[in-house]
Amino acid sequence: MTGATWAALAGLGAFHGLNPAMGWLFAVARGLQERRRAALLAALPPIAAGHLASVAVVAALVSATRSVTAGTAVTVGGGVLLVGFGLWRLLSDRHFRWAGMRLSAAQLTAWSFLMSAAHGAGLMLLPVLLAEPAVGGGPHAGHLAAAPAGALTGLAAAAVHTGAMLGVALAVALLVYEVLGVGVLRRAWFNVDRLWAGVLVAAGVVTLLGAT
Amino acid sequence: MTRWTPDPTFYPSPTLAAAAPAEKLAYVAAFDRAGQQPDAIAVLDTDPDSDTYGRVVGWTELPHTGDELHHFGWNACSSALCPTAPHPHVERRYLIVPGLRSSRIHVLDTKPDPRRPELVKVIEAKELGERAGYSRPHTVHCGPDGIYVSALGGADGEEGPGGIAVLDHTTFEVRGAWEADRGPQFLAYDFWWHYTQDVLVTSEWGTPSMIEDGIVGELLLGRRYGHALHFWDLAKRRHVQRVDLGDAYQMPLELRPAHDPTRSYGFVGVVISVEDLSASIWLWHRDGDAWAVTKVIDIPAEPADADDLPELLKPFGAVPPLVTDIDLSVDDRFLHVSCWGTGELVRYDVSDPFHPVRVGSVRLGGIVNRTPHPAFPDEPLAGGPQMVEISRDGRRVYVSNSLYGAWDDQFYPDGVGAWVAKLDVDEEHGGLVPDPRFFPRGEEFRGRRVHQTRLQGGDASSDSYCFP
Repeated sequence: MTGATWAALAGLGAFHGLNPAMGWLFAVARGLQERRRAALLAALPPIAAGHLASVAVVAALVSATRSVTAGTAVTVGGGVLLVGFGLWRLLSDRHFRWAGMRLSAAQLTAWSFLMSAAHGAGLMLLPVLLAEPAVGGGPHAGHLAAAPAGALTGLAAAAVHTGAMLGVALAVALLVYEVLGVGVLRRAWFNVDRLWAGVLVAAGVVTLLGAT
Repeated sequence: MTRWTPDPTFYPSPTLAAAAPAEKLAYVAAFDRAGQQPDAIAVLDTDPDSDTYGRVVGWTELPHTGDELHHFGWNACSSALCPTAPHPHVERRYLIVPGLRSSRIHVLDTKPDPRRPELVKVIEAKELGERAGYSRPHTVHCGPDGIYVSALGGADGEEGPGGIAVLDHTTFEVRGAWEADRGPQFLAYDFWWHYTQDVLVTSEWGTPSMIEDGIVGELLLGRRYGHALHFWDLAKRRHVQRVDLGDAYQMPLELRPAHDPTRSYGFVGVVISVEDLSASIWLWHRDGDAWAVTKVIDIPAEPADADDLPELLKPFGAVPPLVTDIDLSVDDRFLHVSCWGTGELVRYDVSDPFHPVRVGSVRLGGIVNRTPHPAFPDEPLAGGPQMVEISRDGRRVYVSNSLYGAWDDQFYPDGVGAWVAKLDVDEEHGGLVPDPRFFPRGEEFRGRRVHQTRLQGGDASSDSYCFP
């Protein structure tokens, strides 16, 4: 992986962390409900863990698959999937309710996993992951044995991505909780969902272009 | 219908909502008791700087007759800022307007012309019955994941159980019954929630046959109307606890939970005690792991000459207060209580919810008193303050005078009329003063009776907040 790849993964992580729907708003609500910062801080790791799990599934699958099969088919398939998913997000107004407000850490992790999966958080990493040359260009290229190494790279990618996501979410949550107050939501809560869908479509197009 | 920035009428917290700008319009459900003319949504001008202030400035008739419009609500509200399903870029623009008698649910779009809401969809009784198993839709609340509508009756003429139907946010289709496990609950009326605590509360009135032809004396004296509250797990949709008020306390109707999402209490008004005709307000609150209710206000019946009373009340020689609606200001400080029988609206300071303090009272109408509006002293009024709605800033209170067609006729047999009054809060003394410029009535409502009022941009009984 190149420096640019890692930077792209971290950048997407920051974008995910910025989205109130991905979890920091939940953490702020927790903090305000219980009137203690510790409640806010305690909510973020489970949220990040759920996000990591959702992203890691995709990243590990892609990296592992890339290492054993022809790249173009995966790339084209992934690109089409991304564009389709992005358009569906863009055009669909449906909102799902995953859970109530009172959740244990495990339930919060599950909520975050589902929220990230439904928003295609992992899919968004496809162009970055697919842009990488297949793992192990040497004599073992294409061997099944290379799959674990590929998956490992995918997991590392997911970890970097999630680290950035957690950092940004933490910073925003604390800023809103300690300084700005929730009133800022009314003014500053830009419709990330639309942007999100746009990014998914763009990622798909980039992936498809890369495949040709 | 999504926006780039949140709907400006959504507020994360009650404190921020209380700072909302004043409403410019009010929507009022108006119905024809005879069922010969269509019911309508009347639009009132509430802008004091306007030439048409206090007048009916818009009128949208519905396509059918005999709906009996009762309670209605918005498609979306501040709960869209809640973190479990956050989507604040939807708009508060559709009024969800059920017909209590016809079981039709109407969807009206207020955006193209706020003074002339446009009918965009009618959900027929058949769809409500087939998909959710309910009829007689009653109360509407905007949840973050859908629109919740309580209903008093079962489908296909069944008496019950009544419950809650969920409508899709965007298509307004009936998704189904809300309850996964209703336990012992059978009677339905109002519902609301402690949203951030995953708690839903429901109250009880009666089944369709118990109410549609008027109050049934034998059922009332037999203590057969509802007298319990039900607490539910909002996330799991399961019944958790039934709390009985005692069967003397007939008809716990309107539920008003504290708006502050960190508080775990709320008020419910009880129409009548069969022991002394008094009305009462009860507080629900936590009691360890369980829920409990405590009576915090008693309003006695007022003695009256039997000759002045309608048939139903002659044997008692007294006017029952008949608390049919209550409303809690957004800052949780003042509870407003409608005594539809005696024609009084009472204001209590409920800063300490266990010990309300009476701080103001206004008399308008009433079964015996017929108190006129102070600005029109020559016009005796029928009906009384019934549905009460408070502006988000808590400074203005709107009351309308009809309860329910068949019941109006029993208690005001010479005609209930139609009027909406606005009361201003006396900042100095905390009481209420009728606004002499705001009293639309009689023919302004084109022969219809007026029931509930909803304020443009939301009011004290429309929104739930997730942040303290």
